[in-house]
This record gives sequence, C-alpha cells and structure tokens, in this order.
Amino acid sequence: MTREHALLESAPDTAAGNTVSRRAFLAASAAAGGGLMLHLTVPGTAFAVPSKSGPGAELNAYIRIAPDGIVTIAAKNPEMGQGTKTTLPMLIAEELDVDWKNVRVEMAPVDMQKYGPQFAGGSFSTPMNWDPLRRAGAAGRQMLVTAAAQTWGVSPSECETSAGVVRHKPTGRTLKYGELAARAAKLPVPDLRTVSLKDPKDFRIIGKFTGGVDSPAIVQGKPMFGIDVTVPGMRYAVFQKCPVFGGKVVSANLDEIQSLPGVRKAFIVRANDAAAHGITNVDRLQEGVAIVADSWWAANKALQKLKVKWDEGEAVNQSTAAFEKRAAELFREAPQKTVHKEGDVDAALASAAKVLEATYSYPFIAHAPMEPQNCTAQVRDGKVEIWAPTQFPANGRTLVAKTLGVDESDVTVHMVRCGGGFGRRLSNDYMVEAAWIAREAGEPVKLIWTRQQDIQHGFFRPGGFHHFKAGLDANGKLVGFRDHFVSFSGADGDFANSANITATEQPARLIPNVEFVASLMPLNLPTGPLRAPASNALAFAFQSFFDELAHAAGRDPLEFLLELAGEPRVIPPPEGANRFMPVPGFDTGRMRGVLELVAEKSDWANRKSLPKGTGKGIAFYYSHLGYFAEVVQATVNPKTGFVKVDKVWVAGDVGSHIINPAGGINQVQGAALDGISEALGQAITIERGRVVQSNFHDFPLLRMNQAPPVEVHFRITPNPPTGLGEPALPPAVPALCNAIFAATGKRVRKLPIDPAELRSA
Amino acid sequence: MAYTINVNGTSRTVDVEADTPLLWVLRDTLDLKGAKYGCGMGLCGACTVHINGTPTRSCITPISMVGDAQITTIEAIGETEVGRRVQQAWLELDVMQCGYCQAGQIMAATALLASNPKPTDQDIDDAMSGNLCRCATYTRIRAAIKHAAGIAHSEPTET
Repeated sequence: MTREHALLESAPDTAAGNTVSRRAFLAASAAAGGGLMLHLTVPGTAFAVPSKSGPGAELNAYIRIAPDGIVTIAAKNPEMGQGTKTTLPMLIAEELDVDWKNVRVEMAPVDMQKYGPQFAGGSFSTPMNWDPLRRAGAAGRQMLVTAAAQTWGVSPSECETSAGVVRHKPTGRTLKYGELAARAAKLPVPDLRTVSLKDPKDFRIIGKFTGGVDSPAIVQGKPMFGIDVTVPGMRYAVFQKCPVFGGKVVSANLDEIQSLPGVRKAFIVRANDAAAHGITNVDRLQEGVAIVADSWWAANKALQKLKVKWDEGEAVNQSTAAFEKRAAELFREAPQKTVHKEGDVDAALASAAKVLEATYSYPFIAHAPMEPQNCTAQVRDGKVEIWAPTQFPANGRTLVAKTLGVDESDVTVHMVRCGGGFGRRLSNDYMVEAAWIAREAGEPVKLIWTRQQDIQHGFFRPGGFHHFKAGLDANGKLVGFRDHFVSFSGADGDFANSANITATEQPARLIPNVEFVASLMPLNLPTGPLRAPASNALAFAFQSFFDELAHAAGRDPLEFLLELAGEPRVIPPPEGANRFMPVPGFDTGRMRGVLELVAEKSDWANRKSLPKGTGKGIAFYYSHLGYFAEVVQATVNPKTGFVKVDKVWVAGDVGSHIINPAGGINQVQGAALDGISEALGQAITIERGRVVQSNFHDFPLLRMNQAPPVEVHFRITPNPPTGLGEPALPPAVPALCNAIFAATGKRVRKLPIDPAELRSA
Repeated sequence: MAYTINVNGTSRTVDVEADTPLLWVLRDTLDLKGAKYGCGMGLCGACTVHINGTPTRSCITPISMVGDAQITTIEAIGETEVGRRVQQAWLELDVMQCGYCQAGQIMAATALLASNPKPTDQDIDDAMSGNLCRCATYTRIRAAIKHAAGIAHSEPTET
C-alpha cells in the first residue's frame, strides 16, 4: 500500500476536486489590536476531505497584519524538517508583497475544516499549496490596495505595492500596510478567480535562499520539539509492549515496580475492543505495561526491573529466515495474482535474442527519527489535550477520541515540531498510548519511548523479493519484462501497507510487453510508509536490473535508459491515479532531461578513465511527481570489500521554481544520503517474532566520515512546482549499487550491501 | 541525594539519585531542554555538552561523576566567541532540517574549532563522526564548520 493509499484510508471518499481558483474565497475580520485577519476558504480543493456535516473541505490560510506592519502568517502543515513551516508562508508573503523580514510565522491549530488537509506526507505540501496559498496572499494584497484607493479617493488601478507599502502612482502618495489593515479588514473579500498573481520575474521571496523560521531558536537550544513540552503537574511515563507484535500481558511484577523510588503508578494497559469502537487503524492501542514516575529517569530505571509474562501469540513463529525460505518456494510456484499486464511477455521472451533472469531482495527497515516517539497528554473533565510531534494530527485526534470514547471535539491536538518523521509519525500509536496512560494516571504525562522501543515497535518499511525475467532484442533493446514480486499481505489479505507495486513502475508503459505478478506472504508485523514508500525499495531492484540489462547488451546504461524513455511525450496517468489529487502524466522528455543533465555534470562520458576499484553508476526514478537522475561514484576496497562513496551528482526536475533553495537543496542532499545510508547498513531482522536490532550500534545510520559531497542541479521546466521531501531518495540506492558493479564487476542483488561479497583480493 | 554542579557558570543544586544521567538532570530538573535524548547509550551525540570544554555524552554521564567541573550546554554556547561563530555559520548555511541533533552537532563543532581553528576534512571527520544526523545534513555541517573557520567551501549561503 502506498502512502497515498494509507492517507486515503482516512478519507475514503476523496475525489479529484475543483481547481482552487474557481471556488476559493476569502473571509476577513479585524484582528485584535485593529489589524487585518484573512481566512482563505477553499471548498473542494484538490484534496477533498469529505465531511458528513458540510459541503466539502476547506483549505484555509491565515494572515494577520498588525498596525506596526508586522505580518503574522500561519503555517498550516506539520514541520518535521522538510521545511514547510518556512516554504508555505513564503508563498503567501510573496503575493501579499511584504518584506520577509517583517513576517512572523506561527503554527496553525489543527482544524481541517478551517485549514484543509494538514499533514506532512507524500511530498504533497508544495503541489497542493502552490496555487491556493499564493492566491491567499494576492487577495490580501488586493484588499490593502482597495483600502488605500478608497482612502485617497482614487482608482485601485492607479496604485501599486512594494514591500508592504501601497503607492499611488500619479501622485507618489504612500500608505503602509499596517496603516491600511483595519480598513482593509472591513472590505468584501475578492473572489480568488479575480486576484492577479505576480509575474514570476517579479518574485522577491520565492526562489530566494531563506533560512528556516525556527532555526535561530534551535541553534540556541530553545525548547521546540515534542520531547521538550512541559505542562504544569506533568509526570513522566514509559510503556512496554510485547516484543512480539500483538502479544498480550498475562502478568507483571507491578507491586515491585510501584515500590521503586519515584514510581507513582504501574499498570497494565489492555488493548480495548477496537472493533467495538470502530477502530481499524493499525496504529491502535496495543497491550502493555505503563509506568508513571516523577522523572523519566525513574520510569526508565523501573522499566529495567519490569518483568512481564507475555502471551506472545501467533506472531512468535515469524522470522526473517522463514520469510526468505518461503519466498524462494513461492518463486517456484505460480504467482497468486497479476498486478499489471500489457502486451505478451511470453511471446516477447520467446523471440528475444537474449533473456536475463535475476532475483533481488531488500530487508525491513525502521524509520529511527532522531527524536524518539513521545507525546504529552492531559485528560481533565472529559477533555483531552495532546502535544505531539506528529505528521498527521487529525488522524491521531480521531484515534484518541474513538479509543477513549470521547467526542472528537473534546480532543485538542497541538502540532509540535517533529525531530524527524520520515513517515513514522503518520502513525499515531504513541499519541493514543499517552492519552490512555494520562487518563489512567489521573495526571498529565509525558510519554517517551526508549530508542530500543522506537526501533523495535515501528511501522516498518516492508522487505521484499523480486524475480525478474527480461528479454533483449538483437540490438540490445528491452522488449519484454516480467517481475514476480514476493511481498507481504496485511490483515485484509491484500498488499501490506507500502509493500505494493503499481502499474506505473517502469518499464511499464515504456515498452510493449510487461507483466507484474505477485505472491504474498501473511505478515503479522505493522508496516508503513518510509520516505518515498514502495519507491525506496522498488527503485533498487528495478533500476539495478536495468543496469544489468544494459551491461548484458553491451551498452552504456545511460543510453539504455534514454532509449527506455523514448521520444519526449506525456503518458497519461493510469486510471485511479487522480483519486488523491490531480496527477499529471509522465513526461518522458523530463526523464530525458534529468538523465542528460546528470550525465553532463558528472562527466559520465569519461567514467571509464577512473582508477581500478572505482566506478560510476547511474539511475533514474520518478516518484512524488519529481524526476530524478543520479550518478554515484564509489570506491571498493578489494581486501575488505568496504564501500566508500566518493561523490553523488543529482539532477532533478520539480518544475518551474525551487521555492526555497535553502531547504530544497538540503532535502535533495539529505534524501540521496538517506538512500545511501539505507543501502550501506540498514536492516531489521526478525527472530522468534522479535526485532533483533535495538539501537544505533546494530541499526547504523550514515555518519559524517561516510558522507560524500552531493552536488545538486535542478532542471527548471514550465511545470507547476512539486515537492522535494522524497523523490531524490529512490535513485540513490541503485546508482550506488550500479557504481559498485562498475568498480568491481560484482552485482549487489541483496540489501544491505555486504562487504564480504565485494572482496576480490 | 543533593549534588551541586556548575552549569553555564552558575552553581545549581539538584536532589536526584546518584546514577541519574546529567542529560536528564539538565532537561527535567534544570529545565534546559537543548541537549537531546537520542539513544541513551552514547551512540548518537544528540546529548552532547561540554565538561571542562570537552564534548561529552551527557546521556551516559551520571550526575555523581560530574563533581565541580564546568558544564556548558547549547543554551550558553553563544557566550563564547567560537560558539557564536558556529551558531552564525549554522544559520547562514541553513544547516538544519529537523534540527533535533543540531545542538549536539554545534557543541561538537565548537569544541573542534576551539582546539583546532583550521580543521582539515579529516579533522572534521574525526571530531564529528560520533554525532548522527538522521536527516543527513552532513554536507552542510562540514561546510558550516569551514564557514565558521573562514575556510573556503562550495555550499550556498544566505545572501
């Protein structure tokens, strides 16, 4: 299931909506202190959240102008390092035409009726907000112009704006926004169809290197993150679940734990009857033992003395070794289902000049954001208040309400800066745990997971296995392609979350004969979206095998990929792709463009001149509406097999503007290195139903001494801007593995990369 | 048990158990939230503070071992000339993504530059490889250290 599908679960009736410009309108009111407040209301936008009580979704931006000219702009989406708390307000400020230095950014409250979709996922913040938030700013500007024109008794068409000032062109008179705000607030609000947007050549904020709005506070160590939240009377909690997913508590040494210093209360949390409450979420409350103490250290110390007798349930029989064995068996059996079929693959393979087969596999991976899962909760007089680092606060609120049996309107969730998310915090398990524990404790609590709990109780990137069979014609052209994908099924018997493949996976729709078939193994372990879900795994397998095919054909892998792209054209999105938001077709010209750009920047043509043991690899991937081609240069030590990544070149096409180059380049560099980090060392393995790894010694993240320079180039094309949180990750993995092949002649077909397989001396 | 420790130039008395890590004393007793919990095992560096100028993992440093040493945390690092330059470089290069590890990174970088004003890439690797950044902002951390040290680098900066 892709991330998009995961999100759809919460909005099952989502439909492609009307464009913002046709439906949006503004509501204005006077701000405290006499300023202007603007609410942008956009029913039926691209991401429509169905509401049983109203006519559809509202998207809402929020502008406040104080008499002194300071503009406060609300940031509507969670911030986890992807930069939307800076980028989205930049869009408003640009069209409002104010100086960025006079802008203050505030986190919006969680109110999807008022603000529209508020989540951080799928690299959606940019494509979903590029148009509506600029119109919000432009509408505000228009009201301020009208207010000035009325003050002077002139036509608004004789007025212009610049940096928070309206000027009457014929007379040179000026009024500042702060002076106009109160009058502007009384004006009727313009229809967003009529507001005029800037000519992009006049942008002064969009496209400018802009530091993160929270950064000055972060470098001073100010409390910014979920884990830093303090509320009066707060206690600290730890929560231990069964090491085997879904296990139940039989008994625990609660009396002993409660006698320990600093411990106030220890109790068993029973998984409540989720079905009875209509809770189908995978992040629903699980059984475990809660310890509430005067300090987190006291709670954690008590946790070390906690003895629980678990009923481990059926999941105890799961293991990585058993999955691998079963996958090998399934490859020998007929596939269980067909996911995608075009043309006649059997005929193509029968007539091919050369047929290649290979099996690829990759492991489960944990998200391991630097800030362990945590949440602060308070339950008082039937009202629940939550402070959470979460990527999807509204989902968490619903889950908490259902689990505690209270009205959603009685649950308030405050979005707090996330110390990383990577998809993990789209699940709100820690939120519902904190709420439950706070209610049982009768005191506000801050629940903090240990790192071990974070790594062992994740919503893991699912592992997977692919058996490829492909045919090349006499010219070395790809003519037929089959993937037998052995993956995992979730509770409904279909692909587990993020364990799927779709009809957009290349080479589908690029060559005539393609078949994706699948066999699923039941899985009793939660999986979920990890940065560039599904893509982060499929890119490795498919793009590595393309490199194999190119080499088997005796061809330059770049040329092979360009041939795959073919002539510049737009391939329409498959049916159903528009369910979540309007999705443009796949533009093979943009694919060609980034491949050619990265080849030029990385001096691809001269790659053969590299010393022995060093090689360059190339890969392309399209995900989250972004086109990315990457070249990695790697050197492999022949004695140890250790891989040193020398450099990464990235060429990306996300449309007409890089809204904030500061955050944008950072996202691309981080995503590419994230992929390399996954490839070099990350694996979650299961034994007796338990996650083996527990901390950064056995679940390693990339370190400074392993991090190569990452050179980023954007190809600017006349397309609406799209997001940068994810799409640079997937191609980094196969580009690295293809570089290792170029360096050593050894093909990496299993992740993580095993140096023992790469030794040659 | 009561301990009197010196934090950011001020004497503070705390009543905690002897094995309580300095990290949790700073965060939960003294309400200095800058140092972060990341791993609890000295593996990630998010909890880095200076003890007598040496970058130290506060998550595995029991309060009973601190004695009368001078503890400096991110909250006060800007009071030193090097610390202020490092903070400024972090902002001019917009180093951070999520920012959670950056207090530890800044503490490690400040200690490096305080003892080695013109570090080589190898020096930076040696000093900084104990500090994990899950967002992988390493390219900019390296460049920001050079920026603070007045060494040329190729990363963009705020203009």
